[in-house]
Amino acid sequence: MAAQFMKRILSGNEAVARGCYEAGLHVATAYPGTPSTEILENISQYSEIYSEWSPNEKVAFEVAMGATFEGARALVAMKHVGLNVAADPFMSVSLVGAPGGLVVVSADDPGMHSSQNEQDNRTYAKFAGYPCLEPADSQEAKDFIADALKISVEYDVPVLYRMTTRVCHSKGIVNCQERKEYPVIGFQRDPKKFVVLPAHARVRHQWSTERLDKIRRFAENTSLNRIEPGDPKIGIITHGVTYQYVKEIVPGTSILKLGMTYPLPFNKIRKFFEQVERLFVIEELEPFIEEQVKAAGIECEGKKYWTNLGEMSPDVVMEGLIRAEVISKQKTVVKAEPVIPRPPVFCPGCPHRGVYYVLSKLKTVICTDIGCYTLGVLPPLNAGDTCVEMGASIGVAAGMTKARKIGKGIVATIGDSTFIHSGMTGLLNAVNNRSAITIIIMDNRITAMTGGQYHPGTGKQLNGSETRKVDLAKICKALGAERIKVIDPYDLKQTESVLKEEISLDELSVVITNRPCALYPPENRKQVCEIPFRVNHDLCIGCHACLRVSCPAISESDRLTEKNKTKSQIDTALCTGCSVCAQVCPVGAIQRIENR
Amino acid sequence: MHLYDDLQDNMNQLTNVLIVGVGGQGVLLASELLCDVAFLSGLDVKKSEVHGMAQRGGVVSSHVRFGKKVYSPLIAAGEADLMLSFEQAEAKRWIHYVKTDGWAVINIRKLVPPVAFLKEMNYPENPVEDVRKRHEHVLAVSATEMAQALGNVRTANILLLGVVSRFVELKKENWEQAIRERVPKGTESVNLKAFHTGRSLQL
Ligand SMILES: Cc1ncc(C[n+]2csc(CCOP(=O)(O)OP(=O)(O)O)c2C)c(N)n1
Repeated sequence: MAAQFMKRILSGNEAVARGCYEAGLHVATAYPGTPSTEILENISQYSEIYSEWSPNEKVAFEVAMGATFEGARALVAMKHVGLNVAADPFMSVSLVGAPGGLVVVSADDPGMHSSQNEQDNRTYAKFAGYPCLEPADSQEAKDFIADALKISVEYDVPVLYRMTTRVCHSKGIVNCQERKEYPVIGFQRDPKKFVVLPAHARVRHQWSTERLDKIRRFAENTSLNRIEPGDPKIGIITHGVTYQYVKEIVPGTSILKLGMTYPLPFNKIRKFFEQVERLFVIEELEPFIEEQVKAAGIECEGKKYWTNLGEMSPDVVMEGLIRAEVISKQKTVVKAEPVIPRPPVFCPGCPHRGVYYVLSKLKTVICTDIGCYTLGVLPPLNAGDTCVEMGASIGVAAGMTKARKIGKGIVATIGDSTFIHSGMTGLLNAVNNRSAITIIIMDNRITAMTGGQYHPGTGKQLNGSETRKVDLAKICKALGAERIKVIDPYDLKQTESVLKEEISLDELSVVITNRPCALYPPENRKQVCEIPFRVNHDLCIGCHACLRVSCPAISESDRLTEKNKTKSQIDTALCTGCSVCAQVCPVGAIQRIENR
Repeated sequence: MHLYDDLQDNMNQLTNVLIVGVGGQGVLLASELLCDVAFLSGLDVKKSEVHGMAQRGGVVSSHVRFGKKVYSPLIAAGEADLMLSFEQAEAKRWIHYVKTDGWAVINIRKLVPPVAFLKEMNYPENPVEDVRKRHEHVLAVSATEMAQALGNVRTANILLLGVVSRFVELKKENWEQAIRERVPKGTESVNLKAFHTGRSLQL
């Protein structure tokens, strides 16, 4: 089909999916996480590839690992911190290998656009002894998948495919090709390889060390690492999207572009070093390349001029080159003027609002977790005291409670997807050790934060087909929780009275909210919408109680009360009619629109 | 010592458009469409934005760059030939990205963030005036009202792209084709009308 060879505008994530299709991938798994989520969403559109959402990254990794053991070409995708969750299989499979091919996509987030840290996962490649490939744009994001699978099969090694937010979410023109088919070889029984008993593992460690030496030799010759000859005054070693910035700021300079950043091609680097007068390494985040180059005895400069914090940009590259006196100051950098911030807020109709509104009034410590509900921490709700990583809320609440004199009163709030991801074992532990905490599972029946993905509690699979829907209350019961309450988070009175009571108890309690997300899946939106509200300005006293529920549909109007206070107004186009604001209005000024 | 004083040469052949606004305003759709037009014109094109908070009322910005060969997906500060802002205060937030001789097209629309009532920081009194004080070439457009007059408020973004089309060298036919392909079925003609209204606006 001619259409298959078309040029298309694709994001890095779409390009990875396309690359998987073209390179004959058989199995793809993931747990969602920005900026990696769209990879699986796009792969799921190719019926040639089996794809699934798994409940967390560890399981996703293990499913992909099983597939490669079976001789299939497999890929698992996750955000950078997801690899921490999957680190156990990631590290140990090094000694086994990846006979069918295995690509591990780690989407790092320099600048922490939507993450809790900015760890540089190239470190993991060195840790495990895997090759690390880093595409620099959408075309490479597609092309390198075939390279990664080839390397993986040839050297029997998982390949770390390191992307960053800027590569994942930028778009560019991509040349597309047809799919190549590969057979699934089938599992070849070999306990000395696939069963890592200590006696086997010792032998395998030797094997994996030799494997890395072979990959080192490959790194010297692969076209993934290319020297772009230019002005010999300076040479720049760079990688990923930083390459693009370098190309623009100093066109015509000598560049060594590393498409494979582990293991490094030291001979090539040495040759490059000899061609230039001054050698720089410009890399995003940690001095991963720089430290290794220096350790190999090759003189270079890098983090001396470029910070290891945050995201690279054309401006950051330029400023470093100015500091290094390679270029002179080009332009007077205009400063941004401070403008009122727009912190993200709960959507209109979000079921999390009611719970956090109530929690903001109860004086208690709230161990929250990662998801849309983390936004409850922001003003004006200010509800939430700790949040570290997915699933932590329950363990942290239990630990605080145990360390306290009065061993009760602490709340853990956790989303449904997060509970399934890594909250269940925390609950089991809290039950087993009799921790008197109140766990609120914010069940909006979707993974909302990352854009609305299904999970085992939604009854749907990645491709939308129906499956068994697990019941969260039943899970909690099976894990040993005895007190389980289900509440309507739109009903503030009920929410408040239930939470007050449960928090006062000397025992563990689980409270589950039962309203769906107002945003996802889109077909639910109508279901969420009821008749919208408006503010009756004859009654409004300008107390701003409604503004404290932090709803984007509510704002101050131009109308003033006698005491010169602004009256509120509701944007009826945004209002979903959830009624939370109407319940907090002390004078009944917020009323449903009649005759609609 | 200073080797690369001619470094802007490569940049000058490119067109840099920054589209900004508030989550939910359609910034991403507008930048997709602009990308399509550049692509249909046979140019290299890259665009970049960070989504995630787009649905939740946060600040949204999208960088679109096109020309013979585009490397960086990001526009450097002070390098945008054109900024299209869907909201007044957002124009103020991003104006430092625009070149001295570049243009700022601003939709006359104010979206006051919910946190404003906390009074920690005020929504600017007159953001467009503030922008004018810093920048010479500013065009303020009442796109919402004009779209309303055309019978469909939702065409405001396309109308603004019509204004944008005056400042960038891309063929009208390619704009029209991209619009026809991108907008919801059945709204093609009203959107094309909106585009032409914007394109023929008296500057
Ligand atoms: C280990 C790890 N994987 C993935 C993510 C990305 N992520 C952030 S929140 C979240 C889940 C949110 O879903 P849920 O708990 O149901 O809360 P909601 O956003 O729906 O309120 C995910 C997957 C992460 N931060 N850490």
